[in-house]
Amino acid sequence: MSPRAAKWLVNGLLLAGAAAALFPLAWMLSASFMAPGESGTLPPPLLPAHPTWANYQALFVRAGMGRYLANSLLVSCAITALSLACNLTAGYAFAKLDFPGRRALFRGVLGALVIPAQVAMLPLFLELKYLGLVNSYAGVVAPALASCFGIYLVRQFARAIPGELIEAARIDGAGEWRIFARIVLPLLRPAMATLAIFTFLAAWNDFMWPLIVLTGQEHYTLPVGLASLAREHAQDTELMMAGAVVTVLPALALFLALQRYYLQGLLLGSVKG
Amino acid sequence: MSARRAAWPFLAPAFAVLGVFFLLPVLGALALSFTDYDLYALADLRNLRFVALGNYWELLHRPLFWAALGHTCYFVAVGVPLSIAASLGAALLLDSPLARARAFFRTALFAPVVTTVVAVAIVWRYLLNTKYGLLNHALGLLGVHPVDWLGDPRWAMPAIILFAVWKNFGYNMIILLAGLQAIPPELHEAARIDGAGALRRLWHVTLPALAPTLGMVAILTVAGYFQLFAEPYVMTEGGPLQSTMSALYLMYEEGFKWWNLGSASAVAFLLFALTFAVTAAMLWLFRRGSEA
Repeated sequence: MSPRAAKWLVNGLLLAGAAAALFPLAWMLSASFMAPGESGTLPPPLLPAHPTWANYQALFVRAGMGRYLANSLLVSCAITALSLACNLTAGYAFAKLDFPGRRALFRGVLGALVIPAQVAMLPLFLELKYLGLVNSYAGVVAPALASCFGIYLVRQFARAIPGELIEAARIDGAGEWRIFARIVLPLLRPAMATLAIFTFLAAWNDFMWPLIVLTGQEHYTLPVGLASLAREHAQDTELMMAGAVVTVLPALALFLALQRYYLQGLLLGSVKG
Repeated sequence: MSARRAAWPFLAPAFAVLGVFFLLPVLGALALSFTDYDLYALADLRNLRFVALGNYWELLHRPLFWAALGHTCYFVAVGVPLSIAASLGAALLLDSPLARARAFFRTALFAPVVTTVVAVAIVWRYLLNTKYGLLNHALGLLGVHPVDWLGDPRWAMPAIILFAVWKNFGYNMIILLAGLQAIPPELHEAARIDGAGALRRLWHVTLPALAPTLGMVAILTVAGYFQLFAEPYVMTEGGPLQSTMSALYLMYEEGFKWWNLGSASAVAFLLFALTFAVTAAMLWLFRRGSEA
């Protein structure tokens, strides 16, 4: 094959792949602006004849999407902020503080990565029921407050911090929390960004656990609310597409803004094998 | 204060959360699977009885359990190789020195990964619609008769696999791309000087060097695909004729629709055991392969 033809082939295939990856998302956006029933005509239209915001209006006014959006934001932000605190301190301790049983405990954390969260869901539901947390925001947030993956990720970053830096501060008489806040945290900023976007997106997209623990509509997050709407309004294609856009767009925008940190975390998380 | 004691306050919050909301429930799941925990026990714990392996025994005699397990294995056995093939293809294209606008293509190919499963599954449900769906419309232009993707028991699982490949291939693509970029260029150079063409270099240089990464990616993907749930929940509700009922979906229905938490826990544990056995076997095979 001539170099010219090879170049066309490689870029042509990439273009086709990108089109296949983006087409469903583009169609979702386009259909969300169609008039009710428009997408169910033949031949199926690719673009709305008369773009309209009516579906978004119906979604927020009639279908209670505003509530779901607010719930999702609240739950995802709470999980991100609180789990960041737990995982940062624990990951730092595993990387830089010496304590009896450190190796064994860390091996336990790594071993727990093998266990899928779904195994724990049934007893977790019962536990939260006895704690009175079923159908509450806390029921979604509490189990996500620390994660073995997060601890592992922070430890990988924190190992690069020079021990002399911490030792010198100790000799100057700084307390452990002061060292953590003044010296360690500023150095862990990339780790924080990576872990934050990972945690936020995981919380935002999570479906199975919120579906189980949230029994009342008033607490539904976007994926749970959307799935329930989709069962009620299966025929309202355009309305459902508007709902999908509202759910997907924040996640996609956040990823685009912080792509570098996200991909870095993805690669760090995958070298554990 | 000594550094040795200083560690515990740093560890305490994370360990408390993991202990109460992860370790305890995992152990609880095992205990629960030996009981007949159901709606009556939920109302009054005195109705709870210990049934030893009774739940497991019953499950192994239930056709639906085997069907769900079979559908899950089908999804894994077909979905994982297809996903990895797509990831590898995309990674090779992105790594090619001929590729233009790499950053754009990488982001575009990765975009489906960060979307919400539920939302894009709904989108695909409409794209796969027999009459008005664009997929059948496009196939129609090629002269293919309309396929009842989500309504035909033979096609529902392939449709879900197609969706899963689209949604997930970007993830492994990034990992494989990093693996490709870590291959020393001298290896390619040496093979080129020896007169090896592009395909031979791919087979004899690139793939062997990428083997450890491919193995790890395969194990992680298998472990993930065994947890199939949201896709059939949204796209088919386990149908038609329960042809897309996965093991995890069965656990969900058994546990949270019929409130048979004991038997649902047994499903969860059997699925976990299967996942563990398959991934451990793969790890063993890959290790042996790399030693040989």
